[in-house]
Amino acid sequence: MVPLHGYLVVSALLFVIGVTGVLVRRNAIVILMCIELMLNAANLSFVAFSRELQNLSGQIFVFFVMVVAAAEVTVGLAIIVTLYRNWKTIHVDEIRMLKG
Amino acid sequence: MELFLFVIFSLLTVGSAAAVVWHPHPVKSALFLILSFFSMGGLYLLLQAEFIALMQVLVYAGAVMVLFLFVIMLLNLKPRGEDRTAFKVRIRWAGPLALLFVGGVLTAMTGALARVAPAGAQGPEWVVAQGGNIRALGRLLFTRGLLPFEVTSILLLVAVVGVMVLAKKERR
Repeated sequence: MVPLHGYLVVSALLFVIGVTGVLVRRNAIVILMCIELMLNAANLSFVAFSRELQNLSGQIFVFFVMVVAAAEVTVGLAIIVTLYRNWKTIHVDEIRMLKG
Repeated sequence: MELFLFVIFSLLTVGSAAAVVWHPHPVKSALFLILSFFSMGGLYLLLQAEFIALMQVLVYAGAVMVLFLFVIMLLNLKPRGEDRTAFKVRIRWAGPLALLFVGGVLTAMTGALARVAPAGAQGPEWVVAQGGNIRALGRLLFTRGLLPFEVTSILLLVAVVGVMVLAKKERR
């Protein structure tokens, strides 16, 4: 059986790759994808801890995280489509109406 | 054997996640993300979470990524040269910081590990006695998690209505 630490290392790496992607990429869709990566990293540690602590609540939690992630993606992509319609770009450096 | 599969799946997951960030073309980023989600489903199988593994492949690698690819192709995005040079400057700073952050996250996680409660009662034998992972999860979901489950439907309804309002063309 692979120990918990193995899964935690994978989860930490995935989370940090997601954070890095949000910070360095400027394409709004890629930023949304990196947010998905971070949610998935959290899910992986939920399931790993669920096995380690022999408690299925972690997997129930992952189910709800997946529902929230699906809702978030649909709303986020709708916002991106609307942004593209108004600005003809989804480059987040060029969309700065709120910057003042 | 399990260790071998774990190494293969985790290398695939982390490697293709890095490719998502690295690749300049959004369509290829999305395809790498699908590969990453699939191999994460393999990791869930190794953790004996069959239901979550199925959901991972159906919801994430299926529905969510189809949505991503659909929007990318709808907007017809192409990589731009000036983005790439700015990206290379940023990654030079972000790379070492990210490694530092991995260290921080791991320290926090091992700190949490020191405080974990003793093992619960829902071990593999209990799950088998319940009739499998999916049956055990379903029973839990519809007893202890019933209220959150119903609230979820409201969340999905709000998301559907919100998307319709957002994506509707404004008439002037």
